Amino acid sequence: MSSSWNIIQQSLPMFEKGFVLTLWLSFVGIIGSIIVGLICSLVQYFKVPVLHQIASIYIEISRNTPLLIQLFFLYYAFPVIGIKFGAQLCGIIGLIFLGGSYMAEGFTGGFNGVTKSQVESGKAIGLSRWQLAKYVVFPQGFSLSVPAMAANVIFLIKETSIFTVIAIPELTNTALDLIGMYYRSNEYLFVLVVGYAIILIPLSIILTLLEKRVRYGSFGN
Amino acid sequence: MAHSGISVLLEGTNFTRLLGGLWVTVKIAAIALIVGIVLGIILGVLRTFKNRPLRLILRLYLEFFRIVPTVVLLFLFYYILPRQMNFNLPADQLATLVFALWVAAEMSDIVRGALISVPKHQRESGMAIGLNRYQLYRYVLIPQAISLEIPATINLATRVIKTTSLLMLISVMDVINIGQQIIEANNHSHPTGVFWVYGLIFLFYFLIDYPLSWWAKRLEKKRLERANG
Amino acid sequence: MADKVLEVEHLEKYYQKKHVLFDINLSIQQGEVVTLLGPSGSGKSTLIRCLNGLEEYQKGTIIFEGKKIVPTEKNWQQIRQKIGMVFQSYDLFPNLTVIDNILLGPIKVQKQDKSAARVEAKKLLKSVDLEDYADVYPRELSGGQKQRVAIVRALALHPDFMLFDEVTASLDPEMVRGILNIIKGLANMDNMTMIVVTHEMNFAQEIADRVVFLENGHILEQTPAKQFFSKPKTDRAQAFLDSMDF
Repeated sequence: MSSSWNIIQQSLPMFEKGFVLTLWLSFVGIIGSIIVGLICSLVQYFKVPVLHQIASIYIEISRNTPLLIQLFFLYYAFPVIGIKFGAQLCGIIGLIFLGGSYMAEGFTGGFNGVTKSQVESGKAIGLSRWQLAKYVVFPQGFSLSVPAMAANVIFLIKETSIFTVIAIPELTNTALDLIGMYYRSNEYLFVLVVGYAIILIPLSIILTLLEKRVRYGSFGN
Repeated sequence: MAHSGISVLLEGTNFTRLLGGLWVTVKIAAIALIVGIVLGIILGVLRTFKNRPLRLILRLYLEFFRIVPTVVLLFLFYYILPRQMNFNLPADQLATLVFALWVAAEMSDIVRGALISVPKHQRESGMAIGLNRYQLYRYVLIPQAISLEIPATINLATRVIKTTSLLMLISVMDVINIGQQIIEANNHSHPTGVFWVYGLIFLFYFLIDYPLSWWAKRLEKKRLERANG
Repeated sequence: MADKVLEVEHLEKYYQKKHVLFDINLSIQQGEVVTLLGPSGSGKSTLIRCLNGLEEYQKGTIIFEGKKIVPTEKNWQQIRQKIGMVFQSYDLFPNLTVIDNILLGPIKVQKQDKSAARVEAKKLLKSVDLEDYADVYPRELSGGQKQRVAIVRALALHPDFMLFDEVTASLDPEMVRGILNIIKGLANMDNMTMIVVTHEMNFAQEIADRVVFLENGHILEQTPAKQFFSKPKTDRAQAFLDSMDF
């Protein structure tokens, strides 16, 4: 029986692939989520008729159902009605479907966090609704939403671990596959946890620093 | 012979089986929440004490559960407990344990956050009238922190319920696992059954979580209105 | 007789079911300084916020510079350029520098020429002794400095009429005098028409041409300032004056 270190070493190239895939899917999913979230929050802020109601319904459905079921639906149920995607595309769509609503709530929370008196001061100098949004509500609202955004980014990266259920070979799936093949759970789980730690610990430190910066930058009034 | 998909739900005992699976799901979530919340409150209070090593350990505990995805947590316990510690639990109890520890970690942060946001002069006024530490927490800090905690705790509950969807991964006979069995058993007779079974499970989750998050939102809104006068 | 800048007729305001302003009638002449006095919760702030369209009113009319205001958000947006308002909480925009706070209205709303607006903004800043602070962010200013910038921000739009809502209420006592002097200068030197809500009785006495006394949402009396402070018409106003030390 080979030593733990050997087992780990031999598995590293496979983990590397899983690691890169986790990063890539997270990246695409987060960017997509931010775009969807931004659109939804703007539609809600300006109360665009119809779209605003659609956004609300989407947000409630997305936030109140598990990603795993959303993925099963996309991957197993949709082909029955003739809509078929590959596993990775399903994963990305699912992650954006989930993340879009979290990001939308984050932005909306930021916009709502801009105080009433700030809005009134803007009105008092004659700003139009659009100018008020552009010069007062959005700049302040975005910095207020940074903590929620940061939490969402971490959350979405962790959620990619669920992709293993539709056999996308990301980090978790790689580990589970290896355990299934070689039955060395300690070693592979160790590498798996380290893999997530390498992504998430530096990221959460960076995001915390960013939050502090933003807070200092805009809460001084 | 192929039937229309939706009838798969009504065939035989399929529907009651799904409800049974849902019960397993809800039970695990409920027990994990109760145990986790109680433990989390204790840990949260401890995290506001001055003892540095204690605070550090509890912080590490929290960060571990924050960094490691729940799927991975489940597998860590699933493989490591029985093999390394010779500690064998049925999968559903194991999952309840993992969820409870996770809830405790998240809850400790909610409780700590709420406690430290009670204004400092409240703490000082309490000490000024001679309250001891227990009385200070019992009569001053915890009651004021509760209105801050409740919406966050309900939201945590919705997260736990959503996360129970992962139970199938460690072979707990939850609603999704039973759904898959029904789909496989009826695949031939009901080729579109998959759509309806997953659709129903989707609906189940929504019906449990939506009222909870609605409630949390409402409480939060009321609290903010009260806070802003 | 001087021109009437603002007339309010039979204005009524409700918050949901709660009736907060009752049959308000008020008119203000060009160059006149009116102070709104009354106990807390009497509706002073609510009233001047109605005059700037920040609160809706359910009945009555507001006539500004001879034209009846149709209270839509769009109309208010136009009118607010003519009616400057300064708040208790100053509320400079924390994301903009001092000078950008001041220039936002003139440049974006009124489309004034940028360099001319900037020259004027600097001049206004100089008039409140803040010429060195043009490029700093509001967080670096003291409360009194912020409030001076807020006044300049309102003046930069060349308003015909100013509303001051308890502008010294959250300032340290030593900052108050500076702000009050600026307002007094506006009244005396620039002949600005204004409504001032304040708790500073000495200041009200110095500056007001007329006092409007409110209680529980009713105007109890409107009296020339000299007379109000020596012998108000109503017992309620007398009781109010007795309760204030100044």
